[in-house]
Amino acid sequence: MKILVCISKAPDTTTKISFVNNNTEFNNDKVTWIINPYDEWYALVRALELKEANGGTVTIISVGGTDYEAILRKAFAIGADDGVRIDANPTDAYFVANQIATYAKTQGYDLVLCGKETIDYNSSQVGGMIAALMDLPYISLATKLDVAGNEATVECEIEGGKEICSVKLPAVISCQKGMAEARIPNMKGIMAARTKPLQVLPAAASEVLTEIVKYELPAEKTGCKFISPDNVEELVRLLHEEAKVI
Amino acid sequence: MYTDKFEYHDYYLMDELLTDEHKLIRDSVRQWVKKEVSPIIEDYAQRAEFPVHLVKQLGEIGCFGPTIPTEYGGGGLDQISYGLMMMELERCDSGLRSTASVQGSLVMYPIYTYGSEEQRRKYLPKLASGEWLGCFGLTEPSHGSDPGSMITNIKDAGDGKNVILNGAKMWISNAPFAQVAVVWAKNEAGKIQGIIVERGMEGFTTPTTHGKWSLRASATGELVFDNVKVPKENILPNVQGLKGPLGCLSSARYGIAWGALGAALDCYDTALRYSKERIQFGKPIGQFQLTQKKLAEMITEITKAQLLTWRLGVLKNEGRATAAQISMAKRNNVNMAIQIAREGRQILGGMGITGEYSMMRHSMNLESVITYEGTHDIHLLITGQDVTGLNAFK
Repeated sequence: MKILVCISKAPDTTTKISFVNNNTEFNNDKVTWIINPYDEWYALVRALELKEANGGTVTIISVGGTDYEAILRKAFAIGADDGVRIDANPTDAYFVANQIATYAKTQGYDLVLCGKETIDYNSSQVGGMIAALMDLPYISLATKLDVAGNEATVECEIEGGKEICSVKLPAVISCQKGMAEARIPNMKGIMAARTKPLQVLPAAASEVLTEIVKYELPAEKTGCKFISPDNVEELVRLLHEEAKVI
Repeated sequence: MYTDKFEYHDYYLMDELLTDEHKLIRDSVRQWVKKEVSPIIEDYAQRAEFPVHLVKQLGEIGCFGPTIPTEYGGGGLDQISYGLMMMELERCDSGLRSTASVQGSLVMYPIYTYGSEEQRRKYLPKLASGEWLGCFGLTEPSHGSDPGSMITNIKDAGDGKNVILNGAKMWISNAPFAQVAVVWAKNEAGKIQGIIVERGMEGFTTPTTHGKWSLRASATGELVFDNVKVPKENILPNVQGLKGPLGCLSSARYGIAWGALGAALDCYDTALRYSKERIQFGKPIGQFQLTQKKLAEMITEITKAQLLTWRLGVLKNEGRATAAQISMAKRNNVNMAIQIAREGRQILGGMGITGEYSMMRHSMNLESVITYEGTHDIHLLITGQDVTGLNAFK
């Protein structure tokens, strides 16, 4: 079984977020980059588990510059067999999805896995776009994935319960918590990562459909107001007039 | 459940001196420590119990003998990688780092460096994987800083195959759980030799040392040899004299220099966070000059030690680090760490006394670390001898 796992980078969750150039660009200074946790913990690890159970290969793919190589080496250390880096600035979701789909179309993958979203922009678009561009079935927000022959059984969380779907391969699936348990690279894996092949390919011609006009930080948290339990009327008034939630 | 909030501090952008692989190694060990060790270590320390289940995991992650070549099960990594691992382990607990230091530097290192090919193949893979735990016997009840006066000895058994080992070793990390001991003993010509002793050999016992106020989550014991018959093939063939054990100690002391940095970073990180959260007289205590003096001095000393230790790692990678340079780093860093643990404890006030924070545990652990592998004073004399050329030991 040939599995392709889409890997994106994201700022470490302890990063202090700020913007530059009149709030039009994210400030990369002093940011520690990590593999997007949904890609690493769930998509990549489940792909490795499926490979361990059924045989096959796990290829990782990213759209990004040389600054992506440290996270790709980590994905190798965790166990991916080989990798592809499309050498381009990952401008927007469509551009990224188009690069991945253009590459993957000719490679005959049985499964394309990605995280349910990247923890920086949280737009949750790339997986669905890849499926559309490759004309493959897409199942999002999967918490469980099993494969038998050329069919996958996928479990997803839905409001108040879960949904179990079966899908013929090839398919694109976005993964979330529950799919697998994060793996910590060991030294043998880190050593092996040194020699795993990483192919760097030029970007395919592609449109960019969206642009970021401006960033804004959320409003600073204001202090809590404490209302006496005897004063329900005042609580209701504040919720209505100030918080405007009722 | 306890959450380990530790964040690394890199005031002089030292990370730029490391490779991506170094950082991946460091971060992976930290991730493992936060997941598997931080939530349980305080409880084990309070109960004075060795978390023996971690031995196998330390092997799996690759913390045993990372610099030993891969063909013997080691990691084949460089000295800075080894140092960074020790830093991350001791960031959590000196006892955890001690277990790995002993296994890698004091058991695997001598077997690899002084052992025969058969000994390497027999012991190293099992020690690297954590299937076997090892210990190192040099210090004796009456011979600590002066190991050359040891009385533990081997005599020919007269059967052509074995030697008879007699004597006792004391303050031995890992001893109660070890399957293998690398023991240093005098032969009939009075020369110090290394010999591999296995658990189960008749006359070999490892009584546990009880009542420690330090390294409580690490097992310490004695090695007692009462006419133990050991095959001659267990003698390490490629070294004689005190330089054998001292070579091991140089490797371990190098790891301790990095380890102490980890303990200091944890104490500083805890104190810094606490000083911003704890409100007294209407403001965070970090806003008071006396607290800032403590914190500023801590990060200054940590930064100096980071640069010293990184440079020592480069020299060690190039095979140029001298034993005296390693002594200087071990002495400086452990002393720095113990001072930071004590000062940091004061910032935490009463909270620093309980096991809710790691501070007091680090402080107590470091009392051992400043004593073992060459005491603080002995390392001073090593530097003194190195710069004057005059021996103050005798």
